[in-house]
Amino acid sequence: MSTVQTYVLGQKNAADLDAEQELPAELMTINMGPSHPAMHGTIRMVLQIDGERVVDADVQPGYLHRCFEKESEYATYTQIFPYTDRLNYVSPMLNNVGFALAVEKLLGIETPERCQYIRVIIGEMSRITDHLTCIGASAMEVGAFTAFLYLLKAREWFYELLEELSGARLTHSYVRIGGVARDLTADFDPKLRDLLNRTEGVLAEVETLLTNNRIFRQRMEGVSVVSRDDAIAWGFTGPLGRASGLDYDVRKDYPYLVYDRVEFDVPVGEHGDCFDRYLVRMEEMRQSIRILRQCLDQIRPGPICVDDLRVTLPDKSEVYNTIEAMIAHFKLIVDGIRVPPGQTYSFTEGGNGELGFFVIADGTGRPYKVHVRSPCFIALQALPSMIRGALISDIIPTFGMINMIGGECDR
Amino acid sequence: MGLELTTTRLEDAAGWAKKARDAANWGRKYSLFTYPFVTACCGMEFMSVAASKYDIARFGAEFPRFSPRQSDLLMIVGTITERQGPVLRRVYDQMAEPKWVIAFGVCASTGGFYQNYSAMPGADQVVPVDVYIPGCPPRPEQVLDALILLQRRIQESRGHSQVAEAQPARR
Repeated sequence: MSTVQTYVLGQKNAADLDAEQELPAELMTINMGPSHPAMHGTIRMVLQIDGERVVDADVQPGYLHRCFEKESEYATYTQIFPYTDRLNYVSPMLNNVGFALAVEKLLGIETPERCQYIRVIIGEMSRITDHLTCIGASAMEVGAFTAFLYLLKAREWFYELLEELSGARLTHSYVRIGGVARDLTADFDPKLRDLLNRTEGVLAEVETLLTNNRIFRQRMEGVSVVSRDDAIAWGFTGPLGRASGLDYDVRKDYPYLVYDRVEFDVPVGEHGDCFDRYLVRMEEMRQSIRILRQCLDQIRPGPICVDDLRVTLPDKSEVYNTIEAMIAHFKLIVDGIRVPPGQTYSFTEGGNGELGFFVIADGTGRPYKVHVRSPCFIALQALPSMIRGALISDIIPTFGMINMIGGECDR
Repeated sequence: MGLELTTTRLEDAAGWAKKARDAANWGRKYSLFTYPFVTACCGMEFMSVAASKYDIARFGAEFPRFSPRQSDLLMIVGTITERQGPVLRRVYDQMAEPKWVIAFGVCASTGGFYQNYSAMPGADQVVPVDVYIPGCPPRPEQVLDALILLQRRIQESRGHSQVAEAQPARR
């Protein structure tokens, strides 16, 4: 039983009310970020708080604006790939593939079958690394450091395999317009299969660590619920939209590459809270593993680039021995790939949702304009409404599950 | 009288001061508390460096502290934009001496291939840097190498905030 004391100003107990003890009635303004362990260093939130409760939030992105769109106007189409790597740097291959598909749509070319399979394989590998990082970082931020180490261990395996393939651990720049840079390595198939088996083990381990972990569930369940209608209104796509019950996956609804030849399910959440977002990501990784296994079964030998000297670089032996190939090589490097004038919007399923590239070509080797529809920027606009009325500690899982990637959000 | 450990001669006093400094530096170099100022892509590699495979803990820089006041090694991990620069300077100013700074990756070193109105041409525009790590992003081995290099500099009192301390005051 607790007794409630009522203090009334002007009464005899007013003397008890020391000026220092009086709680201020106005709201407190605190700054979260731009340097905060859970803000990933690149965002600032100015919160109006009433005690522990968030009354209003002013979310200010833009600390990692690196002029992707402006730099693209000065780079040839091939030179843009390194920039796309650094958009969503957790899943670089998906951005590579998305941009290549946009330019190929303008060029009106179809890549060979093997190339399409390779693109699906590397894309799904990147999606797994994306979700591993997202869940790992979020788990760490809510205190589950063990899960972070387990997931990072699995991510390291993927980086190693992708490094064997592309030469870089993180920023691969492996895809080219009209194909990919080089063929799969000789022992790629057994290595990837082995890796997928091991990753399944890690996922099962993490499942036991997190899914029925009481602390994790209490931090995640019922936090920042977004209804299906709101998700559509905000333009949510990807894991965030699917957790809210929005059954939309670009791979399923508008199949590109060879996604129509593989079987996979699209996980859809029921509650639209942070825990559903976590579950959707976990299931998506399993589906990616399923897609990867089918691709490895279905992939056949063949060319990896379109056979067109206006688009792909000729073979090195030809460059050194024939004048035609040398001229083609020179023109492609110096002038870039000549894309006919026009504009297009091409969208793929990125790590965080629908990743769109809007490209305007003016007939030269450099784009006139490249715009990116970055899924986490779209999701971030809903953040103030998602955390309004929540506790300060709820911001961390909410923000972690939005998976804001600075490079992609601020571009 | 017993032990004659201290003398009034200036050379001997300097010798003892050096020994004390060496001992302090030895302690400092193996207990670096890192403040990861993570802004961009290099953060992914920073995670790898900190996680189990590369395990920066083996080299005595295990503990990331997210308060600048508790840390003595500032790792600038990723691109510093014009908007981020003042924030970085403020974080640096809040750190207690002696402190060291590592520019992690080519963006923090020179701006990398972002040569435009927004990206800063290197974090050393706003804070002094002890060790630069090239690479976009650098491999974890490179980061460990840079850490060992920094530890050597710390032992030799060559860190940017140590240099003044190491010079004996001129009379």
